[in-house]
Amino acid sequence: MHAVQMKGIVKRFADLTANDNIDFDLEQGEIHALLGENGAGKTTLMRILYGLYHADEGEMLINGTPAVIHSPKDAIRLGIGMVTQHFTLVPTLSVAENMVLGETGSITVNLPDVEKKVAAASERFGIPVKPQALIKHLSVGERQRVEILKALYHDARVLILDEPTAVLVPQEVEVLFDALVRLQNEGLSVIFISHHLNEVMEICDRITVLRDGHSVGTVRKVDTNLKQLANMMVGRENFGVTRQGQREKGRVELCIQGVHATDKKGLPSLKGVSLDVHQGEILGLAGVSGNGQAELSAVLCGTKKTTSGKVMVGDLNLTNAEPSAVCAAGVGRIPEDRYANMVGELSVAENLVLDQLDQFVNRGILDQEKIQENAKKLINEFQIKASPGDRVRTLSGGNMQKVMLARTLSQKPRVVIASQPTRGLDVGATDYVRTTLLEQRDNGAAVLLLSEDLEEIMALSDRIAVIYAGRIMGILPAQEATAEKLGLMMAGAPTLDRKGGVDAEI
Amino acid sequence: MLKYKIERAPAPVWMRTLIPLIAIPVTFLITSIIILLDGANPITAYYHFIISPLAGKASAIEVLVKSTPLLLTGAAVAFAFNSGYWNIGAEGQLYAGAIAAAWIGMTLKDVPPIIGIPAMVLGGFAGGMLWAFPSAILKVKLNVDEVVTTLLMNSIVLNVTSFLLNGPWRDPVSMWPQSPEIAAGTVFFKLIPRTRLHFGIILAVLIIIITWFVIKRTSFGLKMRAIGLSREGAHFAGIKVNKTVLTVALVSGGIAGIAGAGEVAGIHFHLIDAISDGLGYSGIIIATLGGLHPFGVGLAALFIGLIDTGAQTVARQMGVPVYLGDVVQSTLLLVTLSLFVLQNYRIRRVK
Repeated sequence: MHAVQMKGIVKRFADLTANDNIDFDLEQGEIHALLGENGAGKTTLMRILYGLYHADEGEMLINGTPAVIHSPKDAIRLGIGMVTQHFTLVPTLSVAENMVLGETGSITVNLPDVEKKVAAASERFGIPVKPQALIKHLSVGERQRVEILKALYHDARVLILDEPTAVLVPQEVEVLFDALVRLQNEGLSVIFISHHLNEVMEICDRITVLRDGHSVGTVRKVDTNLKQLANMMVGRENFGVTRQGQREKGRVELCIQGVHATDKKGLPSLKGVSLDVHQGEILGLAGVSGNGQAELSAVLCGTKKTTSGKVMVGDLNLTNAEPSAVCAAGVGRIPEDRYANMVGELSVAENLVLDQLDQFVNRGILDQEKIQENAKKLINEFQIKASPGDRVRTLSGGNMQKVMLARTLSQKPRVVIASQPTRGLDVGATDYVRTTLLEQRDNGAAVLLLSEDLEEIMALSDRIAVIYAGRIMGILPAQEATAEKLGLMMAGAPTLDRKGGVDAEI
Repeated sequence: MLKYKIERAPAPVWMRTLIPLIAIPVTFLITSIIILLDGANPITAYYHFIISPLAGKASAIEVLVKSTPLLLTGAAVAFAFNSGYWNIGAEGQLYAGAIAAAWIGMTLKDVPPIIGIPAMVLGGFAGGMLWAFPSAILKVKLNVDEVVTTLLMNSIVLNVTSFLLNGPWRDPVSMWPQSPEIAAGTVFFKLIPRTRLHFGIILAVLIIIITWFVIKRTSFGLKMRAIGLSREGAHFAGIKVNKTVLTVALVSGGIAGIAGAGEVAGIHFHLIDAISDGLGYSGIIIATLGGLHPFGVGLAALFIGLIDTGAQTVARQMGVPVYLGDVVQSTLLLVTLSLFVLQNYRIRRVK
């Protein structure tokens, strides 16, 4: 019998179709993986099941009966629990108190009773948690266990885990998997959202692969292998883009040596990254999001400090340099979050000069004429659809990105750090950005392109490096790279390739 | 069935300038309730509040006198707020400026005004700056919330003032808790004889113009605005955030300090405990009401000066407590802030 059946689910956000006619079913007592790249529509689908979103089309059956789920409350009543990537626990309250938070049955809470029930559930499901412990004293792994326990406390029979391993260290992953197997033996069903092939192959019974909002198919673990899954996940093997010819390499312009850094939570996210980018080449850095790209980009842009390692541009040591120094050294930066890295409330003209104010100042006073002229010139040159006085926040994503490009590239950088430069852009803007990056390369700049879009990486790069879990898995010349090879490396699988194989263990 | 939905939809830019103008009548409506509770007629009350002071020459000049320190504290706060540094300590910085000015006034004996007056201005600036320094350095070095520290510094300076006036600076003749009178050469000259209107207002208007120029026309101003609007974006663009914020915080304190010097040198000629009854806090209201634009601040300061003067007229004419002025000011701040938030939403009817 099916615990959950979702039929023909369609979900649109404005002009983006996040889920396009997806069928999904979950059998009782199975661990079922939802596999796919970022933005494939995994989380959207599960948010619909949990009542956080409403499907535009399609129907859902829970235990064989049609169900309408308006809110998480309905979902919980139907025995569905979800553990999101961001925990929803109150740090200053105890585990038991968090369990009953939001319950509206009565005014009073019989805490000892709750604690007893929590302890019993903890025992039964093999999820070790102290009911009296305060959340703030618990590790990330323990907090996740509390979240799972919370779902179970509310009698969940279906558990949705949204990228549960993303926040865990390897040892904690082991504990989590043990717990999941125990839950399965108790007859619960688990939906496991992931983009890590290895994990999926280790723990799941069946795997449904999503790509670009479509369901590519559902396979049983015993019938499949890493290669097939990688292909299903990243799509076509041939990208239909003519490869660049072999090119003469210039000297090393950007040299990254053994860089270590931590993420926002203070966990190590870069574990000894070394890369050389030569003059006149684009080095593509492929990888599934959250494997250290954001931190590497921030380190190179001067907005994040390393814990060790070295960053050189030409002969200049730019390790832990401030953004002003990075900029002055001729490093052009196109950051991942273009909105946060501009000043949305300032005008296009002002944003265009913000990182090179000295050029537009006369004895401390802004040279308005020059600023306007510069804006007009760049708006024209980079085909930005805006006037100089428009506030940047009112621009579309594509035009905002063009402002960023214009500001960065008009300074003729010798090194370009482009992080997800086409994310969220329409086809026209995407083409424009890619062409511009190729121009930069032809002009002799060393371009480091960080992207989650394999097609983009393969179309633009001269060499392709893959990052996984904060380490470089290997570097391939573009001619030798195939989606399959890259997909496997991106998923952390041991590289089959002779050139990779730096360190395949987690 | 009709249903309404509240959704986020930022209002157009011109709306921002209208908000203070909408806030004033709304505030009057709300405060009318209090006036009614006191048994007075709100319309008469508001006549005395905002029309009477402007009707006579003497009271109209008094409005300018009241506005003088408000122009400065308003400019001080608006300057800091423009760079996202929430200086709540203009009150304390004003006191520190007053203490410094009083000390200079007592120390300099026979100086010509050409030296004495600039000395008072610079002294006030330095005093305010000094008082702003601890909070600013804590913010920049340790990221300690400046809202808390600047506010706490206000309480400290009140006690320092009290100590000085009841200890070393107590007037030896009268034994009143006030400092010795400042030297004649350090007194701000009168603009109109037999009134209290003094040189300070020229200084205040000058400083309003200078802050406008700095904020809107210089690269430093663009940097501080960029930081205020998006710290991350400014940092990414290579702007030295900490250095800029530190400078802004100190200058803001300095401007508030000049307000204190003006009260000593232009009005009281001594340091007294009650040199300010919340002029610094009114500066926050004025800065907000003025939309953080120096010229807006100028108008707002005159308006609050009018209300302050009017409150006394109302009290005299109608027996309403003089604190009504404070109530109106505070309500105005809350209404203005509410409108700034509410402008980001609109109510839409859904089927």
